[in-house]
Amino acid sequence: MIANKTIYISDANCVTPLGFDLEANWKALVKGQSGIQFQEKYGNLSSIYASIIEDEKLNESFLKVSNENTFTKLEKMLILALHPIINKNKVTEKSVLILSTTKGNISLLENQELPIEEAQLATLAKKINTFFGFKTEPIVVSNACVSGVLAVSVAKRMIQFGAYENAFVIAGDEISEFVLSGFNSFQAMSSLPCAPYDESRNGVTLGEAAAAVYISSEKPTENAVAIIGDGAINDANHISGPSRTGEGLFKSIESAFKDANISKDKLDYISAHGTATLYNDEMEATAFSRSHIDTVAINSLKGYYGHTLGASGLLEIVIGLQSVYNEELLASKGFKNSGVSIPIAILKENRKKEIKYFLKTASGFGGCNTAILFEKIN
Amino acid sequence: MTTNYHISSYCKIENNTLQLNGATVLEMNDVLFPEFIKNASKTIGLEYPKFFKMDNLSKLAFLGAEAILKDNIDLENENDIALVFANKSSSLDTDVKYQDSISDSENYFPSPAVFVYTLPNICVGEISIKHQLKTENAFFVFDDFKPDFMSNYASYLLESGKTQKVLCGWVEYYKNEYKAFVYLVEKSGTIAHDKQNIQTLYNQ
Repeated sequence: MIANKTIYISDANCVTPLGFDLEANWKALVKGQSGIQFQEKYGNLSSIYASIIEDEKLNESFLKVSNENTFTKLEKMLILALHPIINKNKVTEKSVLILSTTKGNISLLENQELPIEEAQLATLAKKINTFFGFKTEPIVVSNACVSGVLAVSVAKRMIQFGAYENAFVIAGDEISEFVLSGFNSFQAMSSLPCAPYDESRNGVTLGEAAAAVYISSEKPTENAVAIIGDGAINDANHISGPSRTGEGLFKSIESAFKDANISKDKLDYISAHGTATLYNDEMEATAFSRSHIDTVAINSLKGYYGHTLGASGLLEIVIGLQSVYNEELLASKGFKNSGVSIPIAILKENRKKEIKYFLKTASGFGGCNTAILFEKIN
Repeated sequence: MTTNYHISSYCKIENNTLQLNGATVLEMNDVLFPEFIKNASKTIGLEYPKFFKMDNLSKLAFLGAEAILKDNIDLENENDIALVFANKSSSLDTDVKYQDSISDSENYFPSPAVFVYTLPNICVGEISIKHQLKTENAFFVFDDFKPDFMSNYASYLLESGKTQKVLCGWVEYYKNEYKAFVYLVEKSGTIAHDKQNIQTLYNQ
C-alpha cells in the first residue's frame, strides 16, 4: 500500500573535479569555474576536452576515510561522496543503498588478466553496501543518462510503498576510453568545451563525478526539499536519438505536475539536461514550450562538469538544491546566443532569486526521460 | 497479503525453449542463442526487420515481451503499459565486444551501432518503439532475480495511477547463457500478483 507521506531530501554531497565536498563545489561554481580541461591524449584519443578528477588528489582525500587500497577510482569517488552523509544519518535495518550508474567499473575490462565479472554493476554496489554496513540488498538503477534522477524517484516510491525507511542514493560514472571512443564514434563530441543551448554548440563534453543524497520520510529540521512529483516516461521513438516532439519529456513533466498538484506559474527554476548536442537541446526546448514552462529561469550544468552520465542527474539535483538554499541561480555556462528554435529563459549570469519550486529533468539513450519536482521546506 | 492485481500472462525463454503461459511453444536442441532466437521470432510470427539489428540482450528481452504483447496490444488506442526490466549482467556481453573493438590500436574500430547497445535499458527502448509505449520505464541491476523488488515497484506504479498495466521482465544474457522471464501485471487474470507467485513462475 502506498502511504500518503511526504518524502524529503535532507542531506547531499558530491565529488567532482571542482572539489571533493559540496562546499568546495558551490564556491567554485559561483565563481564560474569549470572542471572541463583540454586533454592532449587519452588512450587512442587525442586533443579532446573532458572533466577529469586528478588521481593523486582523490587518493589523498580517500586516505582520510579509509586506508584500504582495494578500491577502484570510481569506488573511491562514491565512498567519498557518501561518507559525510552516513556520518550524519544512521544506517538502520530498513535503510537501502541505491546506486545510479551507466558503466560502473567498465575500465576494468582494459585489464585482460582480471575476471570480466569484476565489472558487474551489482559487484560494485555490493562493495559500497558492505563498506558502509547496509543490511539490505542494494538496488542498481541503470537507465542511461536519466539514471541519477530516476534513482531519486525509485527511492521516493519505495519509501512511500513501505519497502524501506530511508534511502542513501549514490550516483557515479568515470571517464574511460570505452565511453569516450563510443561518443566519438557517434560524432557526438564537442570540439570545444560544451555550450548547451548556444548557437555554436556541436556536441557533448564528457566528465566524471559522484554524488549522494539522503532520502527519508522524517521531517527535517534543517535545509531540505520535499519530492512532490515525478515521472519517467519513454519517447518510443528512437534508441539513440531524441524525439523531435519531446513527447516523453513532456509527459514526464506533466506527470510530475499532476502529482504535485501545483500550477505551472508557481515554478521558479528548471535544472535541465542540456547536453549541448543539436537534437537534445532542441527537443528539450520543444518539451518545455509544450508544458508552458518556457519562461521559467533555466540552466544546464554541463558547462561546469561535462556530461557525467549516470552521475549527472543526481549531481545536478545536489547543485540545484544549493541554488535553492543559497537563493542563487547559476549561469548556464557556455551559453551566449540562443541556438534553439523556441526561446527559453536560459540564465546568462548568476542571479539572486528566492526559489520555492524547482524542476529537474533528464533524457537519455533508449528514449528515456525523467522529471522531478521539489518544494523547499526549510 | 491480498492484491488487486494479477499476472495475466507470462513467457519464459531459456535452454533453447520458449514457453508461453506454461506451454512449450518452441524447443530446439544443440543450437546457439542467435539461431534459437531467430526461430523463436518465426514461431511467434514476428515480422520486424529491426529485430535483426539488435544485440543479443535486446533480442531476448524484445522477444519475451513480443510473445505477450502481440495478443495484449490494442492497435486502435494508446496502451498504458509500463516497462520494468532487470538483469544481472547489464549489457556486459556487448560491452566486452565493444571493448575488443578498441583494445588494439592497430585494429581500432569503435562502432556506434555496437556502442548504443552498451546500455541495458536499450532493450526497453526497443520494446517501447515497437508497441508505441509512451509510458513509465525503468531498468535495474541485481545479482539475482528479486521478486520482492519487482513486485513492489510494479505495485507502486499501478496503485499510484502512474500506469494501468506493467510488463515486468528479468532478461539476463551473458556469453550464450540466458534466461528471460517476462510477465504482464493488470487487474484481470487468475494468478495473484505477489512475490510467491512470481518466484514460483520464475523457478518453474
